[in-house]
Amino acid sequence: MSSSNPTYRLLIALVLAVVLMVLDQRTPWAQPIRYVFGYLTAPAQYLAHLPVDTARFVSRQTQSRAELLEDQERLNRQVLILEQRVQKLAVLEAENTRLRELLNSSASLEGSVLVAEIIGLDPDPNRQEIVINKGAREGVRRGQGVLEAQGLIGQVVEVGPLASRVLLITDASHAMSVQVNRNGVRAILAGTGQGNTLRLLYVPDTADVQQGDLLVSTGLGQLYPRGYPVAEVVSVDHRSGAAFADILARPKAQIDRASHVLLVESKPVEPAPADQDEQGDAPPDGAEEEGQ
Amino acid sequence: MSKEKPAGTGVILVTLFLAGLLEVVPLPEDLNWLRPDWLLLVLMYWVLALPHRVGVLWGFVVGLYHDVLVGTTLGQWALAYSLGAYFMLAAYKRMRVFPALQQTAVVFLLVGSSNLLAYLVQESVGRAYYPPYTILYSTLASAVLWRPIVAALRWVQLRFLVR
Repeated sequence: MSSSNPTYRLLIALVLAVVLMVLDQRTPWAQPIRYVFGYLTAPAQYLAHLPVDTARFVSRQTQSRAELLEDQERLNRQVLILEQRVQKLAVLEAENTRLRELLNSSASLEGSVLVAEIIGLDPDPNRQEIVINKGAREGVRRGQGVLEAQGLIGQVVEVGPLASRVLLITDASHAMSVQVNRNGVRAILAGTGQGNTLRLLYVPDTADVQQGDLLVSTGLGQLYPRGYPVAEVVSVDHRSGAAFADILARPKAQIDRASHVLLVESKPVEPAPADQDEQGDAPPDGAEEEGQ
Repeated sequence: MSKEKPAGTGVILVTLFLAGLLEVVPLPEDLNWLRPDWLLLVLMYWVLALPHRVGVLWGFVVGLYHDVLVGTTLGQWALAYSLGAYFMLAAYKRMRVFPALQQTAVVFLLVGSSNLLAYLVQESVGRAYYPPYTILYSTLASAVLWRPIVAALRWVQLRFLVR
């Protein structure tokens, strides 16, 4: 071993690395290696998050009684408002199910939900990813949708034993199918690589999309659950001569401020074969691509 | 030196673990550009100090660790670190007699070339968003930190008798 030439070892390492890269890009066979290394990387990620945790713990311990009372009052008010909304929701949900039954399609609303804490951000500015503190042990699966209180933020792309990695909707390699909540116009929402900007792709110049429109997930790529708010249109730029309008949107979720996220079951409970959309004005290039 | 029994593998692993920790510690967005390549710097120190023990294969495994830590394509940093360790192995005799400034310049080139290789891989899988000159910032930060890291790790090496 000690007599062997480092140049040979370099060659072996280079070949191995290239083989690994190809395996990782094209096949799922490299996943076990990631999984095993995950036992070693997770402690570093947890430790790196420790100062944040400690600061939060200290501030909680030193909160005054008056602050706590105020907090409680505010939360009570919020609960009241939310309960009132839920009451309406129950009626709507029942009605929705009934109507769907009439249409012979199955509803897929509820799924199991898991709460996770964000323990890390990707150090590489080229990538918009976060690390959460739940892994395969807690039942996290690849492809699960990730939500924050205000809206969708991304999907699980890598599951380790103790932590998982979430690709954010703002990553330049991410695209998902959305529709305008107001009128059901569908389009592809792609990340730009910048933290707060998304772009609607291939929207015809004549499509009815306005500033302030809410974009919700359609569930068409089978990755994200249907009907969660994703983004809000901030600018619509009609350029003469261009085939498509230039539409920018901002994520509804406050990704840079969130500390906890929800993991939702992304696969529909049952496929809905007879589910037809009444809106006929889908974009011509509306191929639903989702994921990386 | 090579006649002595090797010792202190655990200490090397602990320093590498701490370097990995610094690699993912959250930084303000603007400072993130200046995040030095801690793992590579620590790896290069150990290659420089113990070239008969720490070499290309160490580089490969540490690179894989970096890959999983930051979620890049498996093999991206393994490739870069193997090459970094190889260059250091080729240059360690000269590095030991170089004055501080010259050492810093060589480290700048070594870190730069291995980071450029990693960038090429990232670019080829379509995950590079910012132009390539942006890796210059972190490479500069790495070069500036080389001498302090050498001082700290030399102390560790003598204190815990790593050989």
